Amino acid sequence: MGKRVGMEVSIAAAEVVGLCDVDVIAAYPITPQTHIVEHLSELVADGHLDAEFVPVESEHSAMSTCVGAAAAGARTFTSTSSQGYALMAEICYIASSLRLPIVMAVANRALSAPINIWNDHSDMMMARDTGWIQTVAENGQEVVDLLLHAYRVAEDPRVLLPVMVNLDGFTLTHMIEPIWLPDKDEVQRYLPPYKPQIRLDPRNPMTFGPVGMPEVYTEAKKAQDEAMNGALPVIVEAWQEFEKQFGRSYHPVETYKTEGAEILLLTVGSVSETAMTAVDKMRAQGRNVGLVRLRLWRPFPAKELVNVLKTAKAVAVVDRAMAFSTRSGPLCTEVKAALYDHGVSPYVQNYIAGLGGRDVTVEDFEMMAAKTSDGLAKGLPMGYEIVNVRE
Amino acid sequence: MSWKDLALGCTLTEPGTAARLRTGDWRSMRPVTNYELCNKCGQCYIFCPDMVYSRTAEGYYEANYFYCKGCGICARECPKDAIQMVQEEK
Repeated sequence: MGKRVGMEVSIAAAEVVGLCDVDVIAAYPITPQTHIVEHLSELVADGHLDAEFVPVESEHSAMSTCVGAAAAGARTFTSTSSQGYALMAEICYIASSLRLPIVMAVANRALSAPINIWNDHSDMMMARDTGWIQTVAENGQEVVDLLLHAYRVAEDPRVLLPVMVNLDGFTLTHMIEPIWLPDKDEVQRYLPPYKPQIRLDPRNPMTFGPVGMPEVYTEAKKAQDEAMNGALPVIVEAWQEFEKQFGRSYHPVETYKTEGAEILLLTVGSVSETAMTAVDKMRAQGRNVGLVRLRLWRPFPAKELVNVLKTAKAVAVVDRAMAFSTRSGPLCTEVKAALYDHGVSPYVQNYIAGLGGRDVTVEDFEMMAAKTSDGLAKGLPMGYEIVNVRE
Repeated sequence: MSWKDLALGCTLTEPGTAARLRTGDWRSMRPVTNYELCNKCGQCYIFCPDMVYSRTAEGYYEANYFYCKGCGICARECPKDAIQMVQEEK
């Protein structure tokens, strides 16, 4: 049986990765991801985990090592943040195109300049088109659960794609929380041993990553797109299995007090817990406000999201990254596209909040809901604003 | 070939398939050897980056146009000026 512990979330993340019997961990330390890989290196050094820990000289090498190891059939792990992700990005495209089931925890942090080590979603959004599956955790328990889920999904023969588990830097990585940590038996019951479909093996030589001439590149990308689309039902199935075994349920799109809600807030990540408090407060005041939380960013669950949003009169999309000059955050752009595709057109306001670690408070969410409600009532143009920016 | 026919991750599962890649398609100039000038020194064979040249029974060296990319190194290195680069015809 597992046990309930009070533990820093980064340490818990490392513990669960250790329980997953990883073979190769390659990492370069970067704030606020550091504690995750530090603890993994301790687990290996102390003999608790039989794995190769490769302390590489850059994130580019970390992902390159993971690609090589995964191609040879190893279960691999790495973790990064912000500029580290940016340096790694080149190889991230290769990992997904080669269909290697690497798992990576990204401790979300703002991108420079100015240099900022605090949390927002710039790195997650930069990663959105790399062909990785991306899930997002709201609290420490979810980090542990989603990492376990990540290996099961990534290695499923129907998927074989790398998975990125996003957790907010500091607000999650450095918090001590009560966490239910599974034991080895429970992990093994949920996560079967990794059996590669194809791998580098001198006894059966093959070529990974050959040149793709114009005659074949388009087809290769189509195949990758189909793999990503096909991952969605497998992700949901793995969450259903997870619920059966551990009792905690996850869905691509999750809702909180959305029954009869006229105004819906849409959030991603740990800020959702603040948003829940705000919704509780507004509901107590008799305002019809609910919350939608996006758990799965890639594959983008457009249909599931539209199904939830279509009953509302107005939606306030809360982005935590910039998409310069588009008058919309990256999340809102995709939400609007999904709504348009499905012929649904609620009133949509976009708020950019919490950049570079700026606090997003209960009052901020109340303000967003009130402004959205006001804009709807007065028929104002659908807007975009950076919350609390000083003019 | 449909996208459905591609191997996982566009992997080449058959070893040695690069041998079937017709790199000669890239060529705009082809090397032609004048065997009356050739003294069988083998410099073309040695310098060819693509192992295009092979030795014939008479000891001359012959280019395999299936692979020859027309880089012209053989013509430049030939001490007897026996190899001329000739425009490929359409």
